[in-house]
Amino acid sequence: MDNLLETLAFYIMAGFAAGSAVGVVVSTNIIRTAVFLLGTLGSVAGLYFLLDANLIAAIQLIVYAGGTLILIIFGVMLTSKSPWVRFDATRGQIIVACLVAAMMFAGLCTLLLPGEWSGGPVLEQSPRVKDVGEALLTDYLVPFEVASVLLLVVMIGAAYLARPEK
Amino acid sequence: MAVGLNHYLILAAFIFSLGILCMTIKRNAIGILIGVELVLNAANINLIAFSKFTDGGVAPAGQLAAVFVILIAAAEAAIAIAIFMNFYNSFQTVDVDRGDELRG
Repeated sequence: MDNLLETLAFYIMAGFAAGSAVGVVVSTNIIRTAVFLLGTLGSVAGLYFLLDANLIAAIQLIVYAGGTLILIIFGVMLTSKSPWVRFDATRGQIIVACLVAAMMFAGLCTLLLPGEWSGGPVLEQSPRVKDVGEALLTDYLVPFEVASVLLLVVMIGAAYLARPEK
Repeated sequence: MAVGLNHYLILAAFIFSLGILCMTIKRNAIGILIGVELVLNAANINLIAFSKFTDGGVAPAGQLAAVFVILIAAAEAAIAIAIFMNFYNSFQTVDVDRGDELRG
């Protein structure tokens, strides 16, 4: 019963994520594209909950859906005279791009489908938020510190790049 | 049929391909940035799925890698938006096909 519910939840959220991703590609209005991206990000966060990655799901919702998406929408508003302005690729370009993407998907599927992935045993108990936090501040302390320096550099760099010209 | 690792991998492959498609067919610079976000999300699904289904240790390496991917994605988006604003100030548009001033 529990398994059935999990399967159902996976298919609902996977379908929503894939459908929104299709919407991202198909819609020509950039604001609609951003809203479809919100759908994908939200349902991917749901998939993270299914995969017992509670902390990552929360970070996905806070940083991606809350931060990055708002940044993108601000970017749209600051860089277009009207939200309805559009410039589309030509039909030939779209056909070639679809062909390339379809081939890439087919190639990835042929790689993945027969694969038997072996590794360590499946975890008995899913990693708790405490485990992730402890690992972040012990084994992964160096990348953690490098990431904080990167954030500082990005903050200064973005402010420098976006300042008005003198 | 129980949901296994392959289900997640196929979903991630699908979202990855759509991200590539989005990057190639959008001429709006911010549309291209959104395509990059889709690709990074597909990579994250793979990392978390592998962390759940094959990681034997207690330290959740896949989850930690996903944290850093999200962080890099946020940093990249901030810098990209700043560059697009500069681009917009120079060209009065964010159509990437118009940014050909360096073309010989």
